[in-house]
Amino acid sequence: MPERETDKRIIKKLETEAEEIINMAKSKKNPKVSIPLRGLSNVYFDKKDKIIKLGDKQQTRTFFNIGQAKKFMQTFLVANACKEIIETGKTTSIRDLYYMTKHTIGETEENTFDEQSESDPIIEDIEVSFDALREELHLFASSKGAIVGDITIVDSGDDIDCRKQGSGGHAIPSICEADVIQFKECEAKYVLFIEKDAVWRRFNEDKFWKKHKCIIIHGQGVPPRGVRRLLRRMTDELKLPLYVLVDADPWGLYIYSVIKQGSINLAYESVRMAVPSARFIGLSAMDWEKYKLPKEVIIRLNEEDKRRIKEILKYPWFQKPEWQKELHYMVEKNVKLELEALSRKHISFITDTYLPERIEKKQWLE
Amino acid sequence: MTGLCGLMAEDIKTAQELAQHQKSISISEFFEKNRHLLGYDNKIKVLLIIVKEAVDNALDATEEARILPEVYVKVEELDKEKYKIIVKDNGPGITKAQIPKVFGSLLYGSKFHKLRQNRGQQGIGVSGAVLYSQLTTGEPTEVVSSTGDGKLHRYKLKIDVKKNEAIIIEEDTIPNEGKWKGVQITFVCEGIYREHKQSVLEYLKQTAIANPYAHIIFDSPTGRAEFQRGVEKLPPEPTEIQPHLYGVEIGMFSRMLHDSKARSISTFMQTEFSRVGKQTADEICKKAGVDPVTHPKRVTDEEVVKLVKTIKETKLMRPPTDCLSPLGEDFILNGLKKELAPEYMAAVTRPPSVYRGWPFQVEVGLAYGGSITEPRIMRLANRVPLLYQAGDCAITKSIMGIDWKRYGIDADKLPTGPVAIFVHIFSVWVPFTSESKEAVASYPVIIKELKLAIQEAARKMQLYLNKKFRSVEAAKKKEMFRNYSDELAQSLAALTGKKKADIYKILMELAEEMYISGDLGGEEGEPVIDKSTDKKPKAKKKPVGEGGAEGEEMEEESEGSEE
Repeated sequence: MPERETDKRIIKKLETEAEEIINMAKSKKNPKVSIPLRGLSNVYFDKKDKIIKLGDKQQTRTFFNIGQAKKFMQTFLVANACKEIIETGKTTSIRDLYYMTKHTIGETEENTFDEQSESDPIIEDIEVSFDALREELHLFASSKGAIVGDITIVDSGDDIDCRKQGSGGHAIPSICEADVIQFKECEAKYVLFIEKDAVWRRFNEDKFWKKHKCIIIHGQGVPPRGVRRLLRRMTDELKLPLYVLVDADPWGLYIYSVIKQGSINLAYESVRMAVPSARFIGLSAMDWEKYKLPKEVIIRLNEEDKRRIKEILKYPWFQKPEWQKELHYMVEKNVKLELEALSRKHISFITDTYLPERIEKKQWLE
Repeated sequence: MTGLCGLMAEDIKTAQELAQHQKSISISEFFEKNRHLLGYDNKIKVLLIIVKEAVDNALDATEEARILPEVYVKVEELDKEKYKIIVKDNGPGITKAQIPKVFGSLLYGSKFHKLRQNRGQQGIGVSGAVLYSQLTTGEPTEVVSSTGDGKLHRYKLKIDVKKNEAIIIEEDTIPNEGKWKGVQITFVCEGIYREHKQSVLEYLKQTAIANPYAHIIFDSPTGRAEFQRGVEKLPPEPTEIQPHLYGVEIGMFSRMLHDSKARSISTFMQTEFSRVGKQTADEICKKAGVDPVTHPKRVTDEEVVKLVKTIKETKLMRPPTDCLSPLGEDFILNGLKKELAPEYMAAVTRPPSVYRGWPFQVEVGLAYGGSITEPRIMRLANRVPLLYQAGDCAITKSIMGIDWKRYGIDADKLPTGPVAIFVHIFSVWVPFTSESKEAVASYPVIIKELKLAIQEAARKMQLYLNKKFRSVEAAKKKEMFRNYSDELAQSLAALTGKKKADIYKILMELAEEMYISGDLGGEEGEPVIDKSTDKKPKAKKKPVGEGGAEGEEMEEESEGSEE
């Protein structure tokens, strides 16, 4: 079983790192760990692979340094907690891990961690510096997102027929690696990712997936790792095209970007999660005129939106003329649209007309 | 008891002249109407003033007689707002004949032109307290004294306000059984006793600091406070000096002319004033258009005005400054130590300086921490604590003009940290802002000297505080590394299966070396080491848009932090 192998490998890695630290201290060297820097200054867009990748900048965390001692201590506190979890063979949430590692230090009033927001980045530090994925550390985040469609999957050994998941769909787990999720019978011809669960419900209620032979997935806003990994595996393993349906606003475009190219924060995961072939199927700000929507459905851009669009205009993957046109339109006409705006035509306009027409006429952006 | 007679010329002028201007009314009416000028305007403050008059006299008398002062003070509540005040000293005592004069007449001993640094007095002196007592309670004041001749003289007296002389109620002389010598005064008066910042207790405490050679016992309505003697010797005696021409004012000048035995205006200036030669005296007369041989008694008022004006414009020798007697740094430190038990002290005595012809000097003591938990400012003039009108005082202004934070003391204009500031200005003539002598006037040269003295002491304290806080910081750091090392050793032991104690020992050994080398970093941020320069061509690494997808709300971190 590969899982066992992975566990052994990770435990070995954690132990070796700890040995290293002791050896450094023994030879009177300030103990240090090198951690790839996560953040804007250390990501780049790989034009060939069309994804955001992590650069090679490292930060060095030393123990005998006033500003770094605590983080250093926390790093090994979390590393050891991960080892313990792996050894039990269970998985746990990152919030659990926060509680497992939180205690007062010595005789002081000081805590090892005060907030989960302190321990979460340490987990990411360990992921990148020890080259261990979160799943491999037996950690998961909360589940977000759901799937229905013309496919049967296996989730932790149970067959899940995604055609029979009622109105809520099957909850997508936080870990969607091959040892957890496997794909079985699939009749679907494409995957549709929908930003909002409310809109996704419209599609599910209208049995859109049945009619159009597809899989529909939502991620409750920005999709978490599990959803992104699932999308990626479906495009890789089932060779299905992926369409992304989001609001016509900077936030929607950001979600599309994250799915397609990856995010800055998880740039080291882009290789496994990004779907560079993802297609933007809507909403376009221009749909307002195209579908003759009444003026009231328009939302005006706020200052933040304008700032964001200015930035997006510079993103390497938005340089195609069609994208520039879309973005400039948004600014010049001062228009943003929510998916629900289409309901002004009629309640199922989006499933009856809008989406089938867009796909049929290949009206997407890439 | 010369201290009692040490009335300042200026006080006398004011009170006397004021009284003369109101000849139609008696001196008691004058006193009643002008109580506020003399400080007797507030029932709480009155008890302080009376104790202060008597104690200042006691200290002046003992010091002049070169006796180490023993002062006993008692404030006893007789009735609601009615108190008995007893002040007893071990001074030279007062002769029987002098007692009714000193205590029974206001403004006794007014002809006094020689000047020396002494405590002076508030308002009109101890006889004012006698008058106040009789006005408020009708009770006489009792004075008991012995000059060491084996007899004890006892008087109960009041003041005849019309004649300005003593009314003797009782008088007797009994053999003095013990060896006691000195004066004991008992007043019965109206008042209210409180123990706040401007109280008898605070006055005595500050007096004990400024006069560490005095032993003071205070029996108050709330119990006994004893201020032990810290040093067994007296400070050097101040010497008398003549007034300086620069300090003279028209009223004083004409009175001195009137009293002078000199035969000419020129010799008057040479003999009655400090450091005036014939040449200077004649030059002043010539410039003022007054014949130098004019007899002092014949100088007209107009000529006096001209002379005084000319004096201000003439270059004169500075007065001698060796007439002043500082407490000295040792005495100040001793006083602060015994009364405040601080963690650290510094004292500075500045060299003498001169304002308007009067020599003056400043000394400062700073005490930090220990039993001092809040800021405390002690203002003193000629060893007498000033408790009122702090805001108008040059000392307060000088303290506020100093950037305390620079010296390591928290402050909001005035210090807020645990520091006691003792500031003593002394002179043959301390300039006060008003008759009640509670705030030092803000002459620029006085402010300058005050600030220099305070700053010098503050610099000494700063050195101590810097060292102290550095070591506190270092101890905190060590403690931090000890705790983190313990945690780290725990984790590393669990990860490697090695013994925690061994790993901890290795870490602590390294820690010692790191402390010595001082190489512990310090910046909060983490240094970024870019190892990538030669591995990847730069062109490939395009940043993902300025601020790119890292905008505040567009983070992926929300993932999982709910649950």
